[in-house]
Amino acid sequence: MSSSAGATVTAEGPSSGPAGLDQSEVFRGDSRARSSAKGIAPRSVPAFVAGDELADLADHDARVVVLTADLASSNRLNDFQARHPERFFNMGIAEKNMISVAAGLASAGLMPFVGTFASFAALLGYEQIRTDCAYPRMPVRVLAHHSGMSLGYYGTSHHALEDLAAMRAVADLTVACAADANQLRAMLRASLDLAGTLYLRLGRGRDPEVYADVPSGFRFGEAVRLRDGGDATIIATGSQVHPSLGAAALLAGRGLDVGVIDMATVKPLDVDAVRDAATTGVIVTVEEHSVIGGLGGAVAEAVADLRLPVALLRHGVHDEYVEIGPPAALYAHYRLDEPGIADVVSQFVDALT
Amino acid sequence: MTTQPDAATLDLLASKALMVRLETLRLSRIAGAGHYSGTFSAAELLAALYYHQLRIDPRRPDWPDRDRFVLSKGHAAIGLYPILADLGYFDSSLLDSYTRLGSAFGDHPDMRKVPGIDFSSGSLGHGLSIGLGMALAARVASRDYRVYVVVGDGELAEGQIWEAAMAAGHFRTGRLVCLVDRNQLGIDGPTEEIMTAEPIEARFSAFGWSCQRINGHDLTSVLAAFADLRPDDIGPPQLIVADTVKGQGVARMENDLKWHVGNLGPDDYEEVRRELVGGSDRDR
Repeated sequence: MSSSAGATVTAEGPSSGPAGLDQSEVFRGDSRARSSAKGIAPRSVPAFVAGDELADLADHDARVVVLTADLASSNRLNDFQARHPERFFNMGIAEKNMISVAAGLASAGLMPFVGTFASFAALLGYEQIRTDCAYPRMPVRVLAHHSGMSLGYYGTSHHALEDLAAMRAVADLTVACAADANQLRAMLRASLDLAGTLYLRLGRGRDPEVYADVPSGFRFGEAVRLRDGGDATIIATGSQVHPSLGAAALLAGRGLDVGVIDMATVKPLDVDAVRDAATTGVIVTVEEHSVIGGLGGAVAEAVADLRLPVALLRHGVHDEYVEIGPPAALYAHYRLDEPGIADVVSQFVDALT
Repeated sequence: MTTQPDAATLDLLASKALMVRLETLRLSRIAGAGHYSGTFSAAELLAALYYHQLRIDPRRPDWPDRDRFVLSKGHAAIGLYPILADLGYFDSSLLDSYTRLGSAFGDHPDMRKVPGIDFSSGSLGHGLSIGLGMALAARVASRDYRVYVVVGDGELAEGQIWEAAMAAGHFRTGRLVCLVDRNQLGIDGPTEEIMTAEPIEARFSAFGWSCQRINGHDLTSVLAAFADLRPDDIGPPQLIVADTVKGQGVARMENDLKWHVGNLGPDDYEEVRRELVGGSDRDR
């Protein structure tokens, strides 16, 4: 099993436009695929499932409406469009307007789900998320996909390595990261009962499966312990949960017993989970994000606030713009794949002893 | 099709516009400063909307079928609060806390603190998008309310205004009405020197809007423009450019940049107050 970067962008580039979604890669081996108006909507393989799930939710919840900015075929929200065209709005490449329009829709009783690249949602639309959504506590759900460096050689304009830091600073905003398609479905379902605004950070739709089924007990604000371990604890979020699990398995082979926590909700942070992790004496946070202000920042704040006696390492991107390269190469370069994370953890533990 | 409004209606609206100006004076004194002139330019528009045009019920501020109002130029909230109090959305004595610590009433309106405010505003350029969202929501939910958005003319330099204008034209949200308070002045000078706003109707028309242009202080013209609004959900969104005077009603403030935000001393306060009341009497 390779890391989350296993599905590489080909040398010719992505076959389906700026999303970097190579359809043949996405759907390979999917025996349970079913057809939808725009092709194949896989229900359980790593791919965007938001459009499909939201269409199901909209069948029973009249509040659900969906907006995107000329990316419906990239983020698969066209699966929603096919089933609920009257509740779908393609707002064109105008993200600021789109987010404010969503706030206006929400003020009239609807629950808008707004999908676009994380870089544009969070950085271009930051003030609209803060001023028009979170401040008036509008139930807008921002689906920020292709986060981190997952757009690979598209470069810094399309990377989002600052979004968690920016979003965490906004009051009355829930910030969460989906680790895979099944957790994404659970989050979308749970969001129907969530008060206020949600920033939901997604990968590029190829995230390997972490959860075999849609987790039934998902709650925003609650971390999930995925693996026990007494020597150290990895706290990961979003795309880094899967490789962190792989890293823990590698480390077990080297005699290091490492636990893994999926900190799916970055804000509000599950501080009890941090306290629990601290009992192992070593915490390594792993995120596809700057080490400033994101998951690592949040955990560091909790460790300081709680005066936890624990050695903490924040692993991620260290205050730089990432290199050009295919995602798999970038994950390896920044040690955000299984062997890289395993090396980071073992070196940190070795240095402590 | 436009019928001439009766004198009693015009008198009522003029008295409410005067109330807006007098209350702006009073509340600015509490705060120690106020957005006088950009509120005075919009006084007749606000009075005509709230006492003649909007389908609202102050006893039910959350009534789903109410018309929506978005004050995109949020700095004129000082003139809107007194109207909401007068209509009974909240006790008018609460206004005495204007801008004081813990007050519901700040320089820019907060929908979570002030009953009757349909959306918080203050960051210029957002309101037309908000209004568009409200109009699309009406379409989704099969409601027939209208959405009125008041924007400033300097605000037209905000790019998001044109994103919203383009999208409203695209979606043909006929029940979205944008009123431009065309008072000609920004903070630093005439809009046409800072950033050209004209030709406003041609710009909106190019994005698929239908446009009217009126004298924004002539209540007969304002009501005529309202009467000419089409009722259809699907159709061109509707623009009303209201030519106004920044600081209208107070000679020393009219077209004077320094009264965008200012502060009247005690003596000047009484003098301006007398001028407003006297001017109103003279107009009748």
